[in-house]
Amino acid sequence: MIEMTDVYKTYSNGVVAINGINVKIKAGEFVYVVGPSGAGKSTFIKMMYREESPTTGNIVVNGVSLPKIRNTKVPLFRRNIGVVFQDFKLLPTLTVYENVAFAMEVIEKTPDEIKKRVMEVLNLVGLKHKVRMLPTELSGGEQQRVSIARSIVNSPMVVIADEPTGNLDPETSWEIMNIFDEINKSGTTIVMATHNKDIVNNLKHRVIAIENGKIARDDLRGEYGYEA
Amino acid sequence: MKLNTLKRHFRESGKSLVRNGWMTFASVSAVTVTLLLVGVFFVIMMNLNHIASNVENDVEIRVHIDPAATEEIQKTLGAKIKKIAKVDSIVYSPKEKELTNMIEGMGENGEAFKLFEQDNPLRDVLVVKTKTPQDVGQVSKKIETFEYVQSVKYGKEYVDNLFNVVNIARNIGVVLIIGLLFTAMFLISNTIKITIIARRKEIEIMRLVGATNNFIRWPFFLEGLWLGVLGSIIPIGLIGVFYSNLFKYVSPKINIPFFELLPLSPFIYQISAILILLGGLIGIWGSLMSVRKFLKV
Ligand SMILES: Nc1ncnc2c1ncn2[C@@H]1O[C@H](COP(=O)(O)OP(=O)(O)O)[C@@H](O)[C@H]1O
Ligand SMILES: [Mg+2]
Repeated sequence: MIEMTDVYKTYSNGVVAINGINVKIKAGEFVYVVGPSGAGKSTFIKMMYREESPTTGNIVVNGVSLPKIRNTKVPLFRRNIGVVFQDFKLLPTLTVYENVAFAMEVIEKTPDEIKKRVMEVLNLVGLKHKVRMLPTELSGGEQQRVSIARSIVNSPMVVIADEPTGNLDPETSWEIMNIFDEINKSGTTIVMATHNKDIVNNLKHRVIAIENGKIARDDLRGEYGYEA
Repeated sequence: MKLNTLKRHFRESGKSLVRNGWMTFASVSAVTVTLLLVGVFFVIMMNLNHIASNVENDVEIRVHIDPAATEEIQKTLGAKIKKIAKVDSIVYSPKEKELTNMIEGMGENGEAFKLFEQDNPLRDVLVVKTKTPQDVGQVSKKIETFEYVQSVKYGKEYVDNLFNVVNIARNIGVVLIIGLLFTAMFLISNTIKITIIARRKEIEIMRLVGATNNFIRWPFFLEGLWLGVLGSIIPIGLIGVFYSNLFKYVSPKINIPFFELLPLSPFIYQISAILILLGGLIGIWGSLMSVRKFLKV
């Protein structure tokens, strides 16, 4: 599903963000990526959806060898990946419904497909009753639900999340985590960078700890392992 | 592309034009001014060319034959000239006819020259027309080398001067127009850049969810096209009205030989097509220039 082989990443300013990583993530897994700030978690994750490319080494995601594919093939590859961020990245002028539909429109799905699927995922994240609201009229947790709905609307094989609860209070964070858990239970692979010790230690999944661009720990049903 | 997608691109490009009203206005104005000047230049140049070609078509070489030449020799000379590749036609004009022409051409004053009818000082002339007016000089030089040719004349200064004026006007105009086109293009490209920046987040999300670069490019491409085409409307209207009035009311009153304006049709349609095309092209060019940077991976 996701496989990195001898991956190194040096940014153009000389910073070595990833310093030799080998890892395999199987289909259907739920993986937490933890580690101190600046350890390379975001870089690790960005390389999975080809926002960044490794300086050396190979990455295969969904059978696609990312360093080798041409730029023109990236859009098609991305249609199989959902991405969720700490800051939601919603379009402020579009309603909840339109924000989710947007992800289908721009890859040219038909209006019928869109109507059906958008309501389905909004129902799944529990926002069916707020489809006409603008993001500014929603709480942070609700905005993140919209963003999650958008990330899964095209039924990706993998959902990648970079600190999705970073801006949310503990209670809301748990609501969000339960949605991710649901999505994972339906068979979708999830890779999530997080700083949330409480969640990692209680909603048990595989934990990959990154320090100084290297994997320091990799435990199935692991612990957060840092002071919060 | 699906119809729905195309509709979406049109809608998005329109929305953007409205949302960035002032920038739209500025770019359209720049295109308008540019195309107006380009249009005026085209009107002048195409008419100058038209006049020049009227004159050109009238250019002929007059070969004065040495009086010592017998009728036989004159015939051979004529045949020899006819054989030059660039010669189109050749007409023999005996000196008697030359004199009558001259007397007629002088009107009242011609009377005095009637004296010469007894002892005609003129020469028999071969009037040579070349296939293209530009060949006149070359053909004349060649004929000068033939035997029994006393002198060769053509409206050298007149023609050369006219060509010079047309050429200089053309060069100045071309430089001016290229400068203007670049300015307009630059303004359009900046407008589009601003609309892209306003939609940066949208583009970021489109790329994240897997929209193709072409899909992302389309609305901006259309937006550039609109800016250019909108900018061509006023110039086309103004030049159309101005030229048809010029043609209808002013042109008939001008009585200079060769000076005649190009007829309205198809000229104003051609000018309109050129302006709309130029507007569209600078619009598209400007927009593609600014989109390119934002789609680098
Ligand atoms: N675009 C970039 N250009 C240069 N350096 C970067 C860039 N992104 C991240 N870095 C550097 O790479 C290192 C790892 O960053 P990051 O992957 O964001 O870590 P984390 O997500 O674990 O905090 C840091 O030192 C950071 O400053
Ligand atoms: Mg990070």
